[in-house]
Amino acid sequence: MDKKEWPLWEVFIRSRSGLHHKHAGSLHAVDATMAIENARDVYTRRNEGVSIWVVESTHIMASDPEQGDMFEAAKSKIYRHPTFYDIPDEIGHM
Amino acid sequence: MSPEILSLEERFQSRIDAEIKIEPKDWMPEKYRKTLIRQISQHAHSEIVGMLPEGNWITRAPSLRRKSVLLAKVQDEAGHGLYLYSAAETLGISRDELVEQLLTGKAKYSSIFNYPTTSWADMGAIGWLVDGAAIMNQVMLTRTSYGPYARAMVRICKEESFHQRQGYEIMMTLAKGTPEQKAMAQDSLNRWWWPSLMMFGPNDAASTHSAQSMKWKIKRKSNDELRQAFVDSAMPQVEYLGLTVPDPDLKWNEERGHYDFGAIDWDEFWSVVKGNGPCNRQRMRTKQKAHKEGAWVREAAMAHAEKRRQRAVEQDEKVA
Ligand SMILES: [Fe+2]
Ligand SMILES: [Fe+2]
Repeated sequence: MDKKEWPLWEVFIRSRSGLHHKHAGSLHAVDATMAIENARDVYTRRNEGVSIWVVESTHIMASDPEQGDMFEAAKSKIYRHPTFYDIPDEIGHM
Repeated sequence: MSPEILSLEERFQSRIDAEIKIEPKDWMPEKYRKTLIRQISQHAHSEIVGMLPEGNWITRAPSLRRKSVLLAKVQDEAGHGLYLYSAAETLGISRDELVEQLLTGKAKYSSIFNYPTTSWADMGAIGWLVDGAAIMNQVMLTRTSYGPYARAMVRICKEESFHQRQGYEIMMTLAKGTPEQKAMAQDSLNRWWWPSLMMFGPNDAASTHSAQSMKWKIKRKSNDELRQAFVDSAMPQVEYLGLTVPDPDLKWNEERGHYDFGAIDWDEFWSVVKGNGPCNRQRMRTKQKAHKEGAWVREAAMAHAEKRRQRAVEQDEKVA
């Protein structure tokens, strides 16, 4: 086997102008330039994108799903949603 | 098992039952992880080894159009292999380990790719039947419980339908051609029919992993259910071509609303799985050779990138 495995990269693709880049998957490459070239061949063979971002997987920090209270605070704050308020139909769209 | 683990497993199962996808960082039973690594890597290896029988005909395609199509199809299979390897890697196994398991024969790949492609018509039969059978399985897997596997499957299924259609188009052309061409199509169908039915794996009664995989919603349909669905969908297509399947027991069963078909030769199936198919050794040798001969490229690319990084650092130091 090889002495050293090529690092893993996460690939993000903007499918068309005006949209966010969205995670498409991952791949191995020696550096960012190769990661972008490989991403083009692996993830955009059918015009799926107009722009590609790559980032080495080890640089991504993720929240811990075991930490159950992470999103608790937001759950109780239903008054942040417009539907929380009763506004009469007569006044028109608001 | 400690009560703590038990409750984790119960919670895990209740998430599965509630159709909540499992993601890489979520807790999962070791056996779920192992089952998925085995299944996803086998699937990835199948995509990769599956490039060989078709790659065999790229230089001999009968027209530029057929050649471009076949090339694109084989390229897609490489892509499928890569999507699936990355999905497997999210479970904590490295690409090197996965490749090693393939090259040492520790990991299996679909036995269908151990059959030879002896005529151009095989490019038709493979796209139509082999990809067709794979699609049955893969459509089910777009709803599998492990998120990265399900997402890879959605991407794959979008690409597969062209594979099947280009194969059927080849069969249509041959079936409408000269008597020799039609005979070629029939011969190819004869050779690929049974191996395609075997792709769904052992009968339900004999399938060892099925029950647990269904409970974990890795699979959602049994081998026999999928096989039946495949036969039912293929038969009108066979008839349209004016060809026949090599199964005297195959007939429509009005009562069941399905086609009945003959018994599968499981001795042949197991013999190919165990390494004695017509091309097992050849396929392994090809993959091992490609890996060995590509080693210097992988190393050189890495060294080159390392050097460029080094230079960039030196440049920065000079500026500072
Ligand atoms: Fe595929
Ligand atoms: Fe395919």
